[in-house]
Amino acid sequence: MISPRYHREIPQRYRLEAGKCTGCEEIHFPPRVICRQCGCREFTTEVLPTRGKVLTYTIVEIPPAEFDSQKPYVNAVVELTNGVRLTCMFAEAPPDEVDIGTEVELVFRRLQSGREWEVLQYGYKAQVV
Amino acid sequence: MRDVAVIGVGMTKFGELWRSPLRDLFAEAAADCLTDAGIERSQVQSAYMGCMTSGLFNGQEHLAAILTDYAGLSPISATRVESACASGGVAFRSAWLEVASGASDFVLAGGVEKMNDGADATYCLSTAADQEYEVYHGVTFPGLYAMIARAHMHKYGTTREQLAHVAVKSHRNGAQNARAQFPTEINLDTVLNAVMVASPLGLFDCSPVSDGAAAVLLAPAEVARDLGKPVVKILGCGHATDAIALHDRQDLASIPAVKAAGDQAYAMAGVKPQDIDLCEVHDCFTIAELVCLEELGFFPRGEAAAATVDGATGLEGTIPVNTSGGLKSKGHPVGATGIAQIVELVEQLTGRSAKRQVKNPRLAMAQNMGGSGGSSTVHILEVSS
Repeated sequence: MISPRYHREIPQRYRLEAGKCTGCEEIHFPPRVICRQCGCREFTTEVLPTRGKVLTYTIVEIPPAEFDSQKPYVNAVVELTNGVRLTCMFAEAPPDEVDIGTEVELVFRRLQSGREWEVLQYGYKAQVV
Repeated sequence: MRDVAVIGVGMTKFGELWRSPLRDLFAEAAADCLTDAGIERSQVQSAYMGCMTSGLFNGQEHLAAILTDYAGLSPISATRVESACASGGVAFRSAWLEVASGASDFVLAGGVEKMNDGADATYCLSTAADQEYEVYHGVTFPGLYAMIARAHMHKYGTTREQLAHVAVKSHRNGAQNARAQFPTEINLDTVLNAVMVASPLGLFDCSPVSDGAAAVLLAPAEVARDLGKPVVKILGCGHATDAIALHDRQDLASIPAVKAAGDQAYAMAGVKPQDIDLCEVHDCFTIAELVCLEELGFFPRGEAAAATVDGATGLEGTIPVNTSGGLKSKGHPVGATGIAQIVELVEQLTGRSAKRQVKNPRLAMAQNMGGSGGSSTVHILEVSS
C-alpha cells in the first residue's frame, strides 16, 4: 500500500474519528461526504467510544497471504456503545470466550507488515474486556 | 417496452481449464450460443459481457473489445459489465433493456472469468468487499459469509449439519451435469469433516475457484415465436444495490438487496414465490443459498434450513433449487455465473436437462449476487410453446 492511500485513513484508524451529520445527527464511520440518512453534506468530527459488543464473528483459518503469520484469527462485526458498527480483528489468538454478545474494547495495534518497502500498517483491533 | 425472449444458450465446461485462455472461453460459449439460436453472427447487433476482475486475474482489461473480436463479432457495440459476482446477471439485464427498448433486435449477453491463471484468487475476490474497512482488517469472502452464517445460527438456530445438507443436495444435482467442475456426489461426513476455512464454514461449504464462460442470445419475443421452438420469455427483471460492507446492514442474518431485486421481479412478472417451478440461487457458500431462499419468499425467515433437510429444494421437492449443481458443484467463474444460471433455466424450461430435468416447469427464477450482498439481480423466465 502506498503512503498517500494509507495516510488519508489515519484519522479513522488511529483516532477512531467519525463524521456526525449536522442535519440528523447520524454518525458515520468511516466519515462520508453525503449523509446516508438525510442527504446532508455538513458534518462535525465525533470520536467513537472504544467499548462495544460482538454482533457476529468468525475464526479465519485460511487468510490472505499478508495475514498468514497471524492465523488463526477472529474477525468480528462490533457494535460500539453509541450504536456505530465496524469490522475488526481480535488482538489475541482466538479466545475461548468469544461469542455473540462478548464485550470488547478497541485497542491500537499493528495490522499488517506488508511487503518490506511498504509502510507498516496500524489500526484498531478488539480485545475481550 | 416490448417483450424479450432468450433464443439461444451456450456455455463451456467449468473447472480448472489451464489450456484455455480467457478470450477462447468466451468465444466458445458465444459460438455455441449462436449455433443453438440458429442465428448468423452477422445478425448480432450488440453484446454485454459480465466479468469481475480480468485485470487482476489475467492482467487483461479492455475486455469488451478483445472478447468481441475473438468471438468474431467485431465491429458491433460491446460493453463489459462489472458488479463483482453479479456481473453476469447485470450483463443479462443490460441486454434485456437494449432489446426491450427497441434499440436492437439481437443482443448477446455473456459472462466469463478465468480465475486459475496464477493470481491470488482470495485477494482478487476480496476486492468485492470494502477494501479499507473490511479487507484491511483481514476479512475474506468465506469470512464474511461465515459471519452471516453465525448471525443466522444465533437468530434462527441454524446448524452446521443443516448447512451441509445444502452442499450434499447441490452435488447430487451437479453429478448429473457434465459441465460441472465437481460432478460427484458427496455425503454429510465429507462436508462436516472438511478443513475449516472460516468457522463455521468448511471447505465444502464454499464454491470453488473456476474458469468458464456462458452466453445467451436475446431477441424480441415476436421474433422468437417465428423460430418454431418453445419461447422462453423474460417475464420479470429486478436489480438492487446495498452497502458493500456487511457491518453497514441492520440485520446481519439477511441480504436486503436480494429481497429488493426479488420484489421488483415478482411485481413486474405478476407472480408469487409459490408460482415458481425451479430456481437457481447464488450459493457461493451454503449459508447464501438459505438466506437467498428466505429473501425471495420461498420459505419464512429461519425455515429454509429445515426445508432443505426435508428435501423441499431437491429435484423432486416443492421448489427445486440449483438443479445445475449450483455454484458449489457446477463451479463459480464469477463473471460467468449469472449467465450460466440462465443457461440452466432455459434448458430446464425447454426440456433439455436429461437426468436432472424438473417435470414440466413453466416459470423459473435466477438470482445472482455480488460480494456479500452489495448487489443482486433476479430474473423470472416463462416458457410457452
